[in-house]
Amino acid sequence: MRVLALAGRRLAASIPTLFLILIGVFLLLQFAPGDTVDAMMAQMGGGDATTARQLREFYGLDLSLGAQLANYLWRLVRLDLGFSAIYGKPVATVIAERLPATLLLMTAALSLAFFFGLILGVVAARGVNKWQDTLISTLGLVFYAMPTFWFGLMAIIVFAIYLQWLPAGGFEDITVGLTGLARTLDIIRHLVLPTLTLGLFYMAIYLRIMRGSMLEVLNLDFVRTARAKGMDETRVVVRHVLRNALLPMVTLIGLQAGTMLGGSVVVESVFSLPGLGRLAYESVIQRDLNTLLGIVFVSALLVIAVNFIVDLLYARLDPRITAGR
Amino acid sequence: MSLLKLYFRSPSAIIGLLLLLLVLAMAATADWFYPRDPLALAGRPLLWPFTNPRFLLGTDNSGRDIAAQIFHGARISLLIGVVATVISIMIGITIGAFAGYYGGWVDTALMRVTEAFQTLPNFILLLVLVAVFGSTITTVTVAIGIVSWPASARLTRAEFLSLRSREFVQAGRTLGLKDAKLIFGEILPNALPPVIVYASVVMAVAILLESALAFLKLSDPNVASWGNLIGAGRDVLRVQWYVSAIPGVAILITVLAVSLVGQGLNDALNPRLKGR
Repeated sequence: MRVLALAGRRLAASIPTLFLILIGVFLLLQFAPGDTVDAMMAQMGGGDATTARQLREFYGLDLSLGAQLANYLWRLVRLDLGFSAIYGKPVATVIAERLPATLLLMTAALSLAFFFGLILGVVAARGVNKWQDTLISTLGLVFYAMPTFWFGLMAIIVFAIYLQWLPAGGFEDITVGLTGLARTLDIIRHLVLPTLTLGLFYMAIYLRIMRGSMLEVLNLDFVRTARAKGMDETRVVVRHVLRNALLPMVTLIGLQAGTMLGGSVVVESVFSLPGLGRLAYESVIQRDLNTLLGIVFVSALLVIAVNFIVDLLYARLDPRITAGR
Repeated sequence: MSLLKLYFRSPSAIIGLLLLLLVLAMAATADWFYPRDPLALAGRPLLWPFTNPRFLLGTDNSGRDIAAQIFHGARISLLIGVVATVISIMIGITIGAFAGYYGGWVDTALMRVTEAFQTLPNFILLLVLVAVFGSTITTVTVAIGIVSWPASARLTRAEFLSLRSREFVQAGRTLGLKDAKLIFGEILPNALPPVIVYASVVMAVAILLESALAFLKLSDPNVASWGNLIGAGRDVLRVQWYVSAIPGVAILITVLAVSLVGQGLNDALNPRLKGR
């Protein structure tokens, strides 16, 4: 319960941050050339000034900046994100349609990065400065330095065009109309390359952190005690070191949640996945500012939610957090 | 001198320095080897590498020399990387220094802003900035600087928190030094080394961010940028994959060089941590 209270307090503290972001981005978007009505008029193939004025009145764009901002925030409180003129649907609907693909991709990529980062980090730390350490560290550096979208393109060339093992893009095969298990398998097949593309970059970061924190914990007194008791090395690592070395890794999930969402913008465009990131890109190209603002809101919410979960995890891993404060 | 010696003890740091010198040399000799506009039509489109001695790395889908674009792209990448890093570190240092030195409500307010920047995914903010201010090379560089300062602000703040009550600062205060002199003249030089090392990370990320923007065709289309070339090559990916592959290797080498040099500097500055 204390864990929940603590994490809840952190959650409450992020509400002002959220408002700061929304107000900032809202004001920023006022500098954008053209507004929603301009975009709509362009969509309709032009129109006269009276229609434009009527539309602006309808959307409340003729009000003062302060009034518009107040209107927007008041609508947000009621979870109304406004209307997307480009898609002809409420922004909330557009985003809800795109959210599953992004969540799936992020979860898969994060799991891959965390799991393999952990294993490779442990292997590298246990053979520090030996060949396996050099190999893993070099691999990590290369994956870190590689632009994700370029890795995605190269993976498409090898696995989709040359070997033809996996599809080159898309979320599922819509021409066949699969259902149930077959559909799930089809989606998994489509997500293999995007997950690798997004995940390997983060795996490089995780393995570096894991290696460093393993080395740090391995030098602590309680590990020496465990070894002195005659415990074999595997048991020392699994029972004593791992749990302590995991803390920085879990912190990193919270810190990286935002960048990962940003990374999925690029990955989703490479593999033409219908996700939130691609929507962000499209709304920039089409000047759909309402949708863009909605995405800013949802992605900030997502990052806050991830950090909330990280807080809970953290307390489970380190009992001192609940006992202490 | 001893710092140099420490630096050259690590083989990966030497490799990083050599790679960085290679990229710098490419940037420096671009005009000499390829005096013509790298974006001008040079020959038949889609010539494979090593088939025509005039175009060592082949030509792209609009008949532009790939080698020329790689050489001139080194300039753009390094320029954007360095300028964006300087902007980001300047913002970070200023905000972190004021927050750490003054504490109290100044600290709370500044850290709230920092938190806001960290909560909003940086690439999405970058998209918003490019959507609002357009995508010339100047706006893109400034925008990258604006989205990547929070970590260096936090780093500077932490250093200031630990330094602000040291004797030399108190001595300065007793001497009647003004706050600005204390912050920038006394504390900052001592807080700088970890921030400078961190700058290599910022620079690596800045180069990657620009190439990603360029790949999405949201960066300046009028400069020879590696990301632009990868984006152009995407249209002919199925057969002429080398158009995208070659500039990607250039980005990989540059980012690798910057990270290795940064890591080498870090190890040289903290010899105790060596071997981690």
